[in-house]
Parts: sequence; structure tokens; C-alpha cells
Amino acid sequence: MDLAPSKPFRITVFGAWLAILFLTLPFAVVFPVSLTPQRYLSLPDGELSLRHYQTLLQDPSWILSIRDSLIVATGSTLVAIVLGTMTALACWRISSRASELVRMAMLAPMIVPSIVHALGFYQIWAQLGLLDTYLGLILAHAMKGTPYVVISVSAALANVDLRLEQAARNLGATALQALWKVIIPAAKPGMAAGSVFAFALSWDELVVTLFLSSRGVYTLPRKIWDGIQDNINPAIAAVASLMIVLTVIAMVVRILLARRQARLAAVPTEP
Amino acid sequence: MTADMDARTRRVYLVLLLAPLFLLAFLYLYPLSRVLWLSVTVPTPGFGNFERLFTSSGIQNVIWTTLRICVFTTALALLIGYAVAYAALHLRGWRGELLLFFVLLSFWLSVLIRAFAWLTLLQSRGLINTWLMNVGIIDAPLTLIRNEFGVVLGMVHYMIPYAALPLYANMKGIDTRLVPAARGLGASPVQAFLKVYLPMSLPGLISAGILTFIFSLGFYVTPALLGGGKTIMISEYIAVQINETLNWGLGSMLATSLLLAIFALLAVLSFFVDLRKVFGVK
Repeated sequence: MDLAPSKPFRITVFGAWLAILFLTLPFAVVFPVSLTPQRYLSLPDGELSLRHYQTLLQDPSWILSIRDSLIVATGSTLVAIVLGTMTALACWRISSRASELVRMAMLAPMIVPSIVHALGFYQIWAQLGLLDTYLGLILAHAMKGTPYVVISVSAALANVDLRLEQAARNLGATALQALWKVIIPAAKPGMAAGSVFAFALSWDELVVTLFLSSRGVYTLPRKIWDGIQDNINPAIAAVASLMIVLTVIAMVVRILLARRQARLAAVPTEP
Repeated sequence: MTADMDARTRRVYLVLLLAPLFLLAFLYLYPLSRVLWLSVTVPTPGFGNFERLFTSSGIQNVIWTTLRICVFTTALALLIGYAVAYAALHLRGWRGELLLFFVLLSFWLSVLIRAFAWLTLLQSRGLINTWLMNVGIIDAPLTLIRNEFGVVLGMVHYMIPYAALPLYANMKGIDTRLVPAARGLGASPVQAFLKVYLPMSLPGLISAGILTFIFSLGFYVTPALLGGGKTIMISEYIAVQINETLNWGLGSMLATSLLLAIFALLAVLSFFVDLRKVFGVK
């Protein structure tokens, strides 16, 4: 294309790379800070130290907050997968105005600002005795995660022929058997993608958590938040570094898996 | 296609539809409606809380600050996101993919870690000020956080992927053959872009813009950390009403107003695009 070599295009590309620098450099700074031998935030001055990583391993409060985050994120992801998949399946099969409305209603937690539903959860959870419990946090996070499962399962089902169900029925399957053995397998890639979203969302959730939990359930974002507010120190940089590395690994694995799948299927997929 | 369903199948799928809806109604819509209810009943029934939108200069200040920050954030995120999406789509081979990789990486990284990274850089004894003072460019630390500059910087950083990814998806659907056609007819690259490509990407730009603006309105973590209690946006203000002054009437009124503003914006958005498409369910 003769668009490529033009000067405005080169300027745009240059600008895009600058934007990428802007996006990534702040994260890159976290790594050297986590290796500082000092007790305050600073770049290491010649000498490198792992003392802040040691703190993470030795201070039980970090381990416990990671445990709490894992419990809440896993629980809420499971609930969100069940609710989101049910909704997406029903809307795919029924496909009426009413089911469209239900689907839009299920998406509400994605649009409503966190602070607004945080107030609502706080009010009702206080009545139900769910404040500062795992169940309370799991249910609230599940509500926030469900829309993402609805969206990704709906996307996975968009290309599944409705007659597939009919074919299974004609071959003697009951409605439930057709659902379980034919349609849910087709929805699985969407369920997987949606669960990644729901998990990441809960893992990173802070605003609702701030309102619903205090000391009984103390998630990692809560611990980082308190750390930044009270006593900002390089141990947070160490946690941040680990989380960045894990995110990069997860993304690279995902891309490699997608590549492999694409090679196997010999059809182009999205990068 | 409900006609071809027998009664049993119908029952199975109705359960699938209604069970999650029931839970959503009880665990989400009911708590939400409670917020709306409180806004007109606490401390006394009526619209007294809403009157304060027009009478309290403190509240108006917070609203103006929020709107100003969101407008700047949206404009910058759209501009930068547009350039990134355009470059990612039109660069050949691995370069485009690499750009997209970094955008997605940034999309997945935690909002708290971002704010922490910016604090590390921008604090008065942070890396940027330390470096500038060591080199001797400045004598006293610059104030880079606890003001609107810091908040907008952090929010733009967060919102760029949210602008770039929908723009990228939208640009993918544009027939790029029209641009060389315009060039062939004598348009300069800039003219071809402004008169052919930009108008075609306008619906994507509008919907990405409104979505970015909607997400910005409700921001809590970034303004709370980078604004440092000095630059206060509406979400943080609501939290302060509830946590520190226990003023549920005012807090729920502002939450209700925020919610209504967002639904109004969505209504505007639905004139330009099919909302179901924006949220990826069509």
C-alpha cells in the first residue's frame, strides 16, 4: 500500500511508539526500585538487594492477603461462570426481545460505577450479615464478573448453528443431554475467556472490597492500598514486580497457545 | 426462533434464563435500588438532597473538577489511542503485533500497580524529582501529584487501552482500499486521511469516546492516590461522605446522579451505534 511510506504515517507510527513507552516505562521502573537495599523508595545505588522479596516471604500478612485474594477470586469466578453461561445459553436459544432485555440487565454491573454499587452492597450486606465475610465478597465480585462471562460465551455461541441442538434432539438426545453434550462444549472457549476476565477483575477489585471487608477478609489489593496510604515502601514494588511478571507470562502463554491452535486448525485467528 | 421448541426444551431454557436473573435482581438490582431509595428518603423524604446540587458550591466544585478531568482524559486517551490503533493496524508484520501486545499488556495490568508506579516516579521525593535535582535542573521538587496534572496523567495511562482496543476493532472493519483510491485521484496523504479515513472511523471514535468518558466519570483508585486528597473526583467524594461523615443522604444522592448521568450518556451513545455491539453481545 502506498500509504505506508508517507511522512504523516511515519509520524503517527513514531507517536504510537512514544505512547507505548509512556504505557510501559512506569511499570519498568518498578523492577529496579524493588531491588533497592534501602528501606524507602529509591533506585539501587550500585548494590542490589533481595531483602524486599524476603519480606514478602517472611511477613505472614502478605501471604495471607494473597490467600484471601485467591479464595475470593476463585469463588467469584466459579459463580460468575455459572450465571454468565446460563444467561448466554438461554439468550442464544430463546433469542427474543425479552431475552435481549435480560442480557442487557446482566451487563449492568459493567456500566455502573464501582462506588455506586459498593454503597448498595454495603447496605444490603449489612442486613444479611455478609459484611467482612468470604461469601459476601465472593457474591459481590461475582456480580461484577458475570457480564464478562455473558459477553465471551455469547461471542463463542454466535457462530454455533441453532440447528445443532435440533440435530442432537433428532438423534434421540433429551433437551438436557443436548445442552450438556453438544452446546456447552461449543461454549467452552467462551467460558474459558470469560473466566480469565472474571478472575482478573476480582483479583484487582478494590472499591467494593474497601466497603465490604475490613480485617476478616483482607485481599491483596486491600493490603497494597493500605501500604500505599500508610507507609509506602519497596515491598510493594516487589509485589508489583511479581504481578507484572505473572501478567506477561500469562499473556505470552495465551499467544503461544493461540498460535498453536491456529496452526492446528490452519485458519487465521485474532492475534 | 421460539416456535420450534417443545415444552420441555422451553422449560430448560427458561430456567437457564430466569435463575441468573433472579439472583441478579436480589443480589445486584435490589442493592442498587436501595441507593436510589436512600437518596430521596434520608435524612428526610423529598428531593432535598438533590437541591444541594444547585446550592452547594463545594459539590459543584467537585462536579466541575470531575468533568474537567474526564474531558481532558477522554480527549488525550482518544488521540493517543487512535494513533496507536492506526499504527498497530497498518504496520506490517511483527511491529503491529508488538504494538498491540503492549497495549493488551497495559490493559491487563492492575490499576493499583499503575498508581503505585506513578507515585514512585512523581512524588516530591520520587525518581523524577530526585533525578532532576541531582542533575541540577531544578532546586526544589516539582509538584507532580496531588493536583489535576497527576490525576489526568494516571487516568490517561489507564484509559489508552480502553480507547485503543475498540478503535482498533472498528478500524479493522474499514475498507482501506478507499484511501489509495483517494490518493490516486490526487489527494495528499493528509487530505486522504481527513476526508476519507477519518469520517469512516468517526462512529468508532464517538463510541470509544463516550465509553472512555463513562469509565472516567466513576474513577476512584487513581484520583484517590494521585490526587492525594487535594484533587477530589466524585467517587472519592461519595466515599468520604459515607466513611467519614456518615452522610448517606448526600452520598446516595451523588451516586444516583452519577448513575443517571451515565445512563443519559448511554442513551446518547445509542443514537450513534447499536449498544449491543458496543458491549460485544451482537
